[in-house]
This record gives sequence, structure tokens and C-alpha cells, in this order.
Amino acid sequence: MDVNMTRIRPYGDTLDDGYMQLSFTLPVPLCAEARKAAEILAEKMGLEDVKVVYAHSIADSFSFFVVYGRCIHSVDMTAIEIPKVDADFMSYEEINKFIENRIGRRIVVVAACTGTDAHTVGIDAIINMKGYRGEYGLERYPWFTAYNLGSQVPNEDLLAKAIQVNADAILVSQVVTQKNIHIDNLTHLAELVEAEGIRDRVLLIMGGPRISHELAIELGYDAGFGPGTLPSHVGSFIAQALAQSIRNRREQAREVYPCQTNP
Amino acid sequence: MMRLDIDMTLVDRARCAAKRIADGIQPIIDAYTTTSIERCVLRLLGVNGVDENDVPLPNIIVDQALAAGLLEDGIAYWLGSAMLHEGVSLPEITAKLSSEKVSLDEVHPFDHETVRRAIWHEATRVCSYIKGRRLERERLITGVNSSVPPYLYVIVATGNIYEDVIQAKAAAKCGADIIAVIRSTGQSLLDYVPYGPTTEGFGGTYATQANFRIMREALDEVSRECGRYIRLVNYCSGLCMPEIAAMGALERLDMMLNDAMYGILFRNINMQRTFIDQHFSRMINAYAGVVINTGEDNYLTTADAYEEAHTVLASQVINEALAQRSGLRAEQIGLGHAYEMNPHMQDGFLYELAQAEMARTIFPEAPLKYMPPTKHMTGNIFKGHLMDAMFNLAGVISGQTIQLLGILTEHVHTPHLQDRYLAIENAKYIMNNARHLREEITYRKGGIMEKRANEVLAKATSMLEQVAEISLMSAIEEGMFASVKRERTGGRGLDGVIRKSERYYNPFPEIFMKELTSSDFQPVLWGDEVKG
Repeated sequence: MDVNMTRIRPYGDTLDDGYMQLSFTLPVPLCAEARKAAEILAEKMGLEDVKVVYAHSIADSFSFFVVYGRCIHSVDMTAIEIPKVDADFMSYEEINKFIENRIGRRIVVVAACTGTDAHTVGIDAIINMKGYRGEYGLERYPWFTAYNLGSQVPNEDLLAKAIQVNADAILVSQVVTQKNIHIDNLTHLAELVEAEGIRDRVLLIMGGPRISHELAIELGYDAGFGPGTLPSHVGSFIAQALAQSIRNRREQAREVYPCQTNP
Repeated sequence: MMRLDIDMTLVDRARCAAKRIADGIQPIIDAYTTTSIERCVLRLLGVNGVDENDVPLPNIIVDQALAAGLLEDGIAYWLGSAMLHEGVSLPEITAKLSSEKVSLDEVHPFDHETVRRAIWHEATRVCSYIKGRRLERERLITGVNSSVPPYLYVIVATGNIYEDVIQAKAAAKCGADIIAVIRSTGQSLLDYVPYGPTTEGFGGTYATQANFRIMREALDEVSRECGRYIRLVNYCSGLCMPEIAAMGALERLDMMLNDAMYGILFRNINMQRTFIDQHFSRMINAYAGVVINTGEDNYLTTADAYEEAHTVLASQVINEALAQRSGLRAEQIGLGHAYEMNPHMQDGFLYELAQAEMARTIFPEAPLKYMPPTKHMTGNIFKGHLMDAMFNLAGVISGQTIQLLGILTEHVHTPHLQDRYLAIENAKYIMNNARHLREEITYRKGGIMEKRANEVLAKATSMLEQVAEISLMSAIEEGMFASVKRERTGGRGLDGVIRKSERYYNPFPEIFMKELTSSDFQPVLWGDEVKG
């Protein structure tokens, strides 16, 4: 199949046919005009050959539609750049070995579901002994010391704990994203960390079903992990990023005091 | 003939252990009161409203009493004394107290009997109002078409009560029987109840008395249009559990999420506070004819549904034992469980069905609340819709009472209007299509399902006996439930737990329990069709 990466279109049953399905509700009683409105709306969205294949009245005052159409737009995929978490994913054994050899001490992480968010499923999967999908959580790693502070933790408490245990990484989980409450909350934490003057010695990591690495970078975090993330992904990133940051700090130290390291 | 042959001697042993567990915490429940219980007493006695800083009046008065070291006598004792001291009526004294024109520490304490006479009339008056609302519900239920269980339960969660009303009415017209207004995330940790209608919330809408009333009126209206009684649910949980019970009783809510341990395990609320609060709040719920829903489904969102199934059963038996002590009848105890196994598991449906049948067999009179898949919903709405269909099939086959409908967009957003319509359509199709399948089925003797049910039962029984041995509080401290460890003196709200004095007075338990233990107390809960 000869796919033109500069002009990607949806695939129905023939290359470049552009077929898409969508469903939506209009806040009007179902009638012929409502059906037509759904069709016109789909056309305005860039579909042609629009077919309203199903229309159903919901509670007398709403209409639900299932619509098919062919998308007239295409996308140049060669022009897309997405920031990705910069790490080679390693296994449980490899991570522990890496830390032992390259860092030589246990890595300390603190983790929490912050703000009003009470959904700990994600953070528990990454941190707790039991882990997720057959992988152990960071608590189980001999070369990690992990503190899971649980749910509804104020940013201030999370930061205080991080300072108290001299954490190498802070992990924040955010599940509730209604009205972008997670953005405010994550930004607030980043500002607090900055204000404490510890930003350069702690990795700031976010995770959650609606979190991307792109968002993380935008908000000044080191990494963002979305759905499907395993404990080893997070562990690999932390170990490698920490090794890198230790290396950077050593190099900086060399620049400042060249004679001490190079007599 | 029993549909699923389970070992009833184990069931008896489990219940016996649960009784010992409940006995073990009763002394704490009896010896202490809480700030929330005392605020609830004030609410029942008609104290409502907020001051110019939006601080609820019950909080102002209770905090005053607490600071003066008087709360150990019960707020009713001091309210009565203040009335007598000032020679004014109850509304007048509450106005004076909340505006701090009268200070409780200047009030002369009257003898118990005199106070009791002063308060009793007001207390019985509000109780007959609540009873009146219960009878009102019974009138509304009787004589209209009642749906057949499983009743279809959907949630609304817009954050704005007026938008919730639109969504709730639409859902009712699509066929929903029960509407739950999801609470704003974080409300469980507020040590006060917000006031008035609210239009801003996160992941849900604040539980306020005004919001309760607005939704109740809307559902009464749509009930008349549909010719069915549409039930309203909210959350009687968190630090204000008793107060919310009172608000619900006054506003004729029909069901309340009300679990004895949920707040401890999943909201880190102090365990003593929770056990004391749940006892009083459940009395109110019982008296108001409310069906409580327990939250065992939550165990399976943090732990594996197959491995930890026995913790659900263990918690159900404990919830049942504690609820009975508050006067709740078996038909009011909507024990929770969930369809949360990994969908990729071979024979997963058999295990789910086995457990659902097991719950039905062990709790024949309970209006079981069956919770849908959430943990393994991925955003693949098409597969999610299928998983919800399997859940609906399990619900109708095993004869569940309350079916909380799965929503295909679970894991994506709080339900949109069309998501709810699709969920209801899914349930109606399957439940109608397989309506009497239940009566046609028996399960193979010694088969996979029977083995599974007995295995879960055996594990739950042994867990309960272990808990009974070391006490419930120690078991929670050791992390035996949901793998969460909570300290006896840890968590939020312990500062609101107060040892009762010799002259402690609260008029309500006596009034409630007298009614609840009388043979006349036969609340009509579901209309004619439902038989456990």
C-alpha cells in the first residue's frame, strides 16, 4: 500500500477514502430540520458525502446522531514533532543494576495524588509493592525508596515530605481533569518547587490518564506519563535522568573548580 | 432449591464473626459523640443558614460549645439550657447563639429533666416531619407503575445543580429509575456542609440542602410525567456524614451512599470518628426510609477483583451487622459489589456471575447494588459498551436490585447526555431480552461457579474470624482491608471526637430507635414488584 506520509487521510476500506464516523447530540427535538442540521454541521467540520445513518430522540428535547462522511482534509505527518520521554526502557533487574553501578545509592521518590484528587489507582500501580500488569511497583525495587502519600495531598505537604526525605524525584498523579483543575494544581506544585530553590536537584514527574509528556514539558516538568505506563518505564526514566543530572553536576563542578578534579 | 449451592454453615459462621466485630466497636460508639453528630442535632432542631462569612450556623454554635468545653454534654443539653436561661423559643435562641448575642459559657445549666422537656417537643416535631416525608414517598410509590428490578441507576455530575437537573430529567425520560448526583471531589473532607444552590464543582456537584431540594422537586415533576417514581441518591459519607443524613431525610432523598469503612480506607478519615458517625447517620437513614448503598466496589478498584473478592464479602457482612444496629431493616441495606475482573481473563464472566449469585444467595432480602466495570475501561468506548453489556447480563441473571449502569465513556469524562442514553438503552435491551433467563437456569453441581463461590465464601469467613479475633480497628491498622493501613488515632477528624459526659443529651436516638424497633415500622421501599 502506497501511503503518502505527507498527506495522511482516514482509511475506511480504500486508501484515502477519508471515511470517518462520529456521534453527537444536538439540544433540539428530533425532526427533519434537526437531521439536516447534523448533516450541515458535519460538512462544516470538513466532511463530504455526509450520511446521518442514525438519529434518535433523547427525552423529547435532544437528538442523538451517528454520522458518516469523508474527510476532505489531510495531514503531513512528516512535519509532526512530539516530545517523548527520553529514556531507554529497562527491566526490573536492569534498573536495579543500573542504579547500583551508576548511582551507587538508593533513589528516593515521593509520590501522591494531589489537590482534591482522590483517585489513587494510577499512583498505586506505579509505586505500590504489588504493581500493575505483572510488574512490581517501585516500592519493591531494592534500589528505590518510595513514599506513597496517597490521595488528596496538598502540594505543600508533598513538597515538605520531598524536602524532609531528600527526594530525588516527585511523582504527581492527576486523574480528575474537569475544568482543567489538574493544570492549576500541577502548575502550583511546579511553582512551589521553584520557590523552594530545589528545582535543579529534584525530578518532577506527572502521570495520569489525560497526561502527556508534551503537557509535562509545557508546565516545566521533566516527564509526563500517560495511560499504559508501567512501573519500569517510570523507574527507567528516573534512574537515567538522575544519572545524567549527577553527571551534569559533576561537570559543572569541574568547570568551577578545575584544579580540584584535574591537579 | 438453591440456585447456587453454597455452604450455609460458613455463612452462619461469617455472620457470627461479624456480630463479634460489631460488638467490639460498640463501646466506642456508645461512649463518644462527634462535632458532626452535634451539628446534625442542631440541623434537626431547625438550625440552618450561614453567617456573613458563609460559615454554617451549626458550625458556629458547635465550635463555641467545643471551645467552652461543653460539647461533652451534647449540644441539645446546652441549647435547652440556653432556651430556659433566656426564656425564649428555640428559633430565638439559635438566632441569638449564632449571632453570638448569647454565649453558651454564660448559660446556667438546668437539670436534665427540665432540659429534656424543653427540647422534646421540638425534637418530636421534626421527627414527625421526617416520618411524614417517608409516608409521602410511600404514597408516591404506591399506585404508580414501578419498574422491575434491576433498577437502572445513573449518575449526573456536571458540577452545576441546574445543569444536573436537565441531565437527570433526560435520563429519567430515557428509562432511568434512580439518579445519583455525584459530589464535588473533596467534599468528603470538608468539616462543614456548603450552603445554598451551587453551580461550580469539580467532578460533581456539592451536596447542599438547597441542591437536594432543587433536584427532588425536579425529579418529582419528571416522576409525574413518566408515571414512575424516580429515586434520588446522594452521598452520606465523609466528615459530615450525620448532617447529610439529616438533610437527606428532610428533603426526601431515597437512597444514600453510606458505608461504615469507606471514609477510613479511601479518604483517610479517622476510624473512631467514622464508626461513631456512621451509627447515628444510619439511624436517621433508617427512620427516613432511606435505602443505604455500601461501597464495597471500591475495594476492587485498588486491588485485583479476582484475588480480593473475599474482602468484598467480608465487608458486606460487617456493613450489614453495623447497619442492623442502627435499626436499618434488611431491605434497606443495599450492599455493594462490583463487576471489575480483568476482561481478558478466561471464564471471567463465570466468576463474576458466581460472585453475583453468591451475594444474592447470602443476602436474599438486601437490595444489592451492583457496580459496573470501571477499572478496566480504557477509552475504547466500543469494547467498553460490550463490557457494560456483559455486566448487565450478569445483573439480570443473578437478580440484582440496583444496577449502577456502566457508561461507555468511563475513564474519558463524566457522562455526557448521550452516554447515559446509550447506557440505559444497553441495559433495557439486555434486561428485557433476558428477563426470565434467571428462572430457567440452575448451575452445575460441583462446577466452576459453585466452586468459585464457595472458595470466596471460605476465604471471607476465615478473614472475618481473624478480624473478630484481633478487633476491627486492629485489622484496619494492619491493612487487612483494601491493603490500606490506617492508624486508630490517625486520619482526619479525630479532633471532633468527644467523650460523652454523664449528663450527655441527644433526644434523637431514643425517638428513632423506638420507631425502628416497633413492629409497625414497615417502610414501603420499592413498590409492589420488587422481591429481593
